[in-house]
Amino acid sequence: MLIFPLAWRDSRGMRRRLVLYIGAMAMGVAALVAIRSFGDNLSTAVEEQTIEVFGGDLQARRGVPFQERDDIVLDSIATATGATLVREVSFPSMALFPASEVTRFVQVRALDGPYPLYGQVEAFPETAVKAFRDTGGAMAEAALLLQMNAEVGDSVRVGNRTYPIVGRVDRVPGQSDVGSLVGPQLYLPRGQIDSTLTGFGSRTRSTAFFRIASADEQEKAALALEEAGFRVERAVEEQAEWTEATGDLARFLSLVGVVALLLGGLGVASAMGVYAREKAETVATLRCLGLSSWRVLAIYALQALALGTVGAGIGVILGVGVQRLLPAVLAPFLPVTVANDLVPSALLEGLGVGVVAAVLFALLPLAAVRRVPPLRALRADATARGLDPLRLVLGLALLGAAYGFVFLQTQDWRIALGFLGGLAVSFGGLAVLAAVVRRLARGVARPSWPFAWRQGIANLHAPGNQTLVLLLALGLGVFLVLTLGLTQRAILDGLTLPRDDEQRPDVVLFDVQPDQADSVRTIVAEQGLSIVGEVPLVQMRIAAIDGIAADSLLADTSEAGPERWAIAREYRSTYRGGLTDTEVLTEGTFVGTASTDDAVIPVSMDQDMAADLGVKLGGRITWNVSGVDIESEVTSLREIDWARPQPNFFAVFPEGPLDAAPQTVVMLTRAQSAEASASLQTRVVDAFPNVSAVDVRQVLALVERVLGQVAFALRFLAFFAVATGLAVLGAAVRVALARRTREAVLLRTIGASREQVRRIVVAEYAGLGLLAALMGGALAVAAAWALAQFAFQIPFRPDPWWLVATALLVPALVAVVGVLGSRSALARPPLDVLRAEE
Amino acid sequence: MSDPVLSVRDLAKTFTSGGRPLTVLDGVSFDVHPGDTLAIVGPSGSGKTTLLGLAAGLDRPSRGSVTLAGTDLSGLSEDARAKLRAAHVGFVFQSFRLLPTLTALDNVAVPLELRGDRGARDEARQLLDRVGLAERTGHYPSQLSGGEQQRVAVARAFAGSPTLLFADEPTGNLDDGTGSRVEDLLFDLNREAGTALVVVTHDLQLAARCDREIRLRGGRVVEPEPARLGAEAEAVTERAA
Repeated sequence: MLIFPLAWRDSRGMRRRLVLYIGAMAMGVAALVAIRSFGDNLSTAVEEQTIEVFGGDLQARRGVPFQERDDIVLDSIATATGATLVREVSFPSMALFPASEVTRFVQVRALDGPYPLYGQVEAFPETAVKAFRDTGGAMAEAALLLQMNAEVGDSVRVGNRTYPIVGRVDRVPGQSDVGSLVGPQLYLPRGQIDSTLTGFGSRTRSTAFFRIASADEQEKAALALEEAGFRVERAVEEQAEWTEATGDLARFLSLVGVVALLLGGLGVASAMGVYAREKAETVATLRCLGLSSWRVLAIYALQALALGTVGAGIGVILGVGVQRLLPAVLAPFLPVTVANDLVPSALLEGLGVGVVAAVLFALLPLAAVRRVPPLRALRADATARGLDPLRLVLGLALLGAAYGFVFLQTQDWRIALGFLGGLAVSFGGLAVLAAVVRRLARGVARPSWPFAWRQGIANLHAPGNQTLVLLLALGLGVFLVLTLGLTQRAILDGLTLPRDDEQRPDVVLFDVQPDQADSVRTIVAEQGLSIVGEVPLVQMRIAAIDGIAADSLLADTSEAGPERWAIAREYRSTYRGGLTDTEVLTEGTFVGTASTDDAVIPVSMDQDMAADLGVKLGGRITWNVSGVDIESEVTSLREIDWARPQPNFFAVFPEGPLDAAPQTVVMLTRAQSAEASASLQTRVVDAFPNVSAVDVRQVLALVERVLGQVAFALRFLAFFAVATGLAVLGAAVRVALARRTREAVLLRTIGASREQVRRIVVAEYAGLGLLAALMGGALAVAAAWALAQFAFQIPFRPDPWWLVATALLVPALVAVVGVLGSRSALARPPLDVLRAEE
Repeated sequence: MSDPVLSVRDLAKTFTSGGRPLTVLDGVSFDVHPGDTLAIVGPSGSGKTTLLGLAAGLDRPSRGSVTLAGTDLSGLSEDARAKLRAAHVGFVFQSFRLLPTLTALDNVAVPLELRGDRGARDEARQLLDRVGLAERTGHYPSQLSGGEQQRVAVARAFAGSPTLLFADEPTGNLDDGTGSRVEDLLFDLNREAGTALVVVTHDLQLAARCDREIRLRGGRVVEPEPARLGAEAEAVTERAA
């Protein structure tokens, strides 16, 4: 009975000092609650909106425009299954806005039928969708109209047809902002498009969307469509894939939450360590008065529980606030609209995990109070000796709980094990470093050094030193925050675009027919520009791999075989004499020329695509090029840097055999200015509506904007880790300060100036900060490398600036916290403090 | 004669210091009966505090036995000894050892509450009144002078009417005037409550107020006063000689 009131009364005067404890836990729980709630809302959104994003219950696709017989088959299947049908033909094209005389690369979505089958199109005016269906006008994305300085009522020309703009589209189901950055969408009536735009060599995709209520009918329709040779996809499968993909995002986010919570735990352990030490004499007195060791522990465990609950509670409230920000930060990347609903289970989980983590992390240092001998009341030096089995048990429990928690968050035992393994290695490494530092500090100081430095270094090994505790807490903090930072940097580095240089083409002309090539060259020359490069493009499909027909491979539903999508897809390949600077040969020999008479043509494949196709070096691929089968042997594999804005190809053939095959040409030019680029585009598109011109600089600018948003989202998440890391820093430094105050006062009593004492504090803390930064930094580089190598599969080069900044910033921060912490002790007269310390 | 409330037999304590055994207490025996007052005196490092710690069950001896309130401590766990202390023992420390987060009243009530006494606070209030601090019940230790703090500590030591009270240099941190007032209080309460008193002190005047005195030097008993010691103490004399 006494325990509760005693626990309450004993915490008086300490509550304010345990703010760090509460703060550390609150930050960790806030991250967790925000991320879990967001993840939950995201899953719900995916579940509810996939069908809208997908556009129907069933999709039937072709890589070419639907032919008349396709339309007949689609109609008959729709009639037989009672389905509602929408057809879409999509292709990239140039659009001319006569009002401003400007052309723009757009993604055309030519539709017929009652689009959309699911969800709503938000458009202006409200009657826009009806007008679009009935009148045969065009609808344009809001961003496109804005860019072109056009409005509803103007007209737009695509190919040789001109359409009145009947509506502005504000939002369609399944369109993410990022998607539309690259190709703003223009909606046209399918029946009225210029057929030359979807002719040979165009990058056209046709899709039929079916709305079918009954699952049986869906099944029937899917089978019939597959038999008719369509590529069929179903919303339910799409939903499963989406759930998996959002699961990945959620897992990554939860790891951030786990890091924040672990950091919070470190803060708790540090703060409680100080508390337990400060309470040793009170505990000894209570023990003299007859309180059993377990009841003493219960007193402090109760305090930890109460404070943990308060911290977790504040964290939950904070988390709800942060959750409201997450959809705003991540929305540009998501095709679904994520709600801001409160998720009771996430709130409860945050509260529960927060309280359990707070108590476990607190109990680890608090277990020591159980072993404070009552003799301590008589002798200040009386301490318990030997290993405390309870601490060992608590340590194991903590490890088990952490594993269970990480596993719950990631649902992957390898990640959980790797994560904890990394932490264990870091912990061990830091402990060894602390031992080495303590040993070295004994002999390193020279009499010639300033007194403050010698004293500061002596503090690292003197009895009662805090070297181990501080190095562990600071080092682990640095390690966790920096790992996240370096990984984020590596991800962003992988996406960073090469700077503009003199030779790089900035306008790319696609879909130039061979008979148009000369005329296009002339137009380019007339504009005073030159062609930097020409890349032939040959469309083909895979007919067989190693003698097995594509149909048989597609019919094989076992997991072991090649990826079905890789076999079924349309390949746009090229031929040339050598490698480009975005490619590296990884296996075999690149063959640059071959004869048209060769029965087997050498081909160089992208190594990842070869793996998806299940083809090795020396393997055979039969390609169908416009109805003619061509036998090839894989003679080399290449690694391609897809992030570079240049035409890259999965399959590259030697010069010679494909020279006469049906093809289009991609022309690379350098316009150097936006005006020259616009003028060239307008001229080319005027003359040849089928040719698409892409201003690379414009695309690069858009991509950079997207990357900026990605970086912002990542930084936003890293903020949690840094904020909690700072709380840990404060708590860890307080550990040492509690001890050092008495020494500082003593030094002041025997005549040291405040400045001298301050320098001693700076020497000790800056030294420890530097060691923690170096060790934590080294561990973080190793961990970030492992993450880059194995988890993200991206190249990794640690950013030296980050490391330098860490090495400078952490010691400075620790020293500042140290000086600030000792300020109150330094400001008072020594005698005053000595009295208070008694 | 009644049974002793504290019986110490052949007590020894050896530490290892710098790899070598260091005997700080060797072959000490004595008895304390109800209402007795005993002073343990000796120079610094003679083993006084070690003896007090062992006698009160705060530490375990290397050899010998301690029987407190009829219970042999050697077989008891730390928690069982704590329970025994709660029931029978009071403490007064040189540096008071009040719990800084509790008021004077709460500090005095702790031993009573540990026993589950329902009227703990009333009794604590009476004790504070008895030591002249009825007006200071709501004050925290930091708001009290040294003498007041020690009077609170004395009140706490007598709370729950312990059979035995250990005092470690009870006046060591106080000026002469305050010290003697606290002394008076200790002996008055000892007489009123019949609590046996074991005092570790440097103060010869304080030692002289006790019925008996054990003088320690180098961990052994020297210069006993045979006339005031029992038969057991004579055996100690023989060993010490």
